[in-house]
Amino acid sequence: MDDKHWPLWEVFIRGQHGLAHKHVGSLHAPDAEMALMNARDVYTRRNEGTSIWVVRATDIVASDPDDKQALFDPARGKVYRHPTFFPMPDEVKHM
Amino acid sequence: MDRCLFDFALRMGDTTLILSQRLSAWCGHGPILEEDLALTNTALDLLGQARLWLTLAGEAEGAGRDEDQLAYLRDAHDFRNALLVERPNGDYADTMARQFFFDAWHYFLLERLVKSSEPRVAAIAEKSVKEAAYHARRSADIVVRLGDGTDESHERMQAAVDRVWPYTGELFVDDDVDAEAARRGIACTLAELRAPWLAQVQAVLEEATLTVPREDLAGHPAYRGGRQGRHSEALGPLLAEMQFLQRAYPGATW
Repeated sequence: MDDKHWPLWEVFIRGQHGLAHKHVGSLHAPDAEMALMNARDVYTRRNEGTSIWVVRATDIVASDPDDKQALFDPARGKVYRHPTFFPMPDEVKHM
Repeated sequence: MDRCLFDFALRMGDTTLILSQRLSAWCGHGPILEEDLALTNTALDLLGQARLWLTLAGEAEGAGRDEDQLAYLRDAHDFRNALLVERPNGDYADTMARQFFFDAWHYFLLERLVKSSEPRVAAIAEKSVKEAAYHARRSADIVVRLGDGTDESHERMQAAVDRVWPYTGELFVDDDVDAEAARRGIACTLAELRAPWLAQVQAVLEEATLTVPREDLAGHPAYRGGRQGRHSEALGPLLAEMQFLQRAYPGATW
């Protein structure tokens, strides 16, 4: 097995009651079709999912850890941007 | 005792049990991590099905034997699995050829058993057919990839198909048990599975750029008998390993 023929794929699964796909891990597969089947076998053995996304790891662009301050700090001092003081009714789930 | 239901359930149970045992031997030895997990999953699916069939067999027999006694305390001549599933794992192509031929047969059979007149058979089939559909998709996919892969993988896949092929004939030969089960609506005849199975097998092998072996090569009586208790030399050692614990420590539980 090598990364040329068996590249790395990132796996995202939407749970039974989830609204969004969550990253659950990665795996190696020669192509998307097999990556999907492998994801089913590796990550959904206990009825976790209703939908699977696989994405080639090389297609994901991640933020640079060194950019943390520039990207995330400015929001910290602006409390009015955080909707933390709205009481939510219980009927609204997954917010 | 319902002899016909007992025999039928035992054949289903033994066939899934023995294949599960064979596949389990790949655990930790698969060609790649993901494939290792997939094979082990298939083994577990089949083991779950075997437990249901053997439990039903025990009920039909009415002699108080449960799934464990049926699995661990019978000798080779009492096993009723098809010879195909007791074939040794061989190389990866051998294992996948065996799996592919079995999965296609298994899927078409379960699809019909869902409509069984015996509610317990229908219920087991209902649960199993979803798993079998996935197994069939996966093994066909691997056969295509290996057949239509490199020169070496093509050659080895073809050799494996040729080696396993003679054992497929037995899957479509009805005996008295099958005839009675069909008459009572418990199951269909095995003969009627042949056409859909062959169509599926031919389509996949063609896509895999592999040659379909001659039909008459799967018709030799020497490659039959498993479902009546006449097995190849391959089953004894498998059972010796599988049953060791219960034989050495009767009634052991943990």
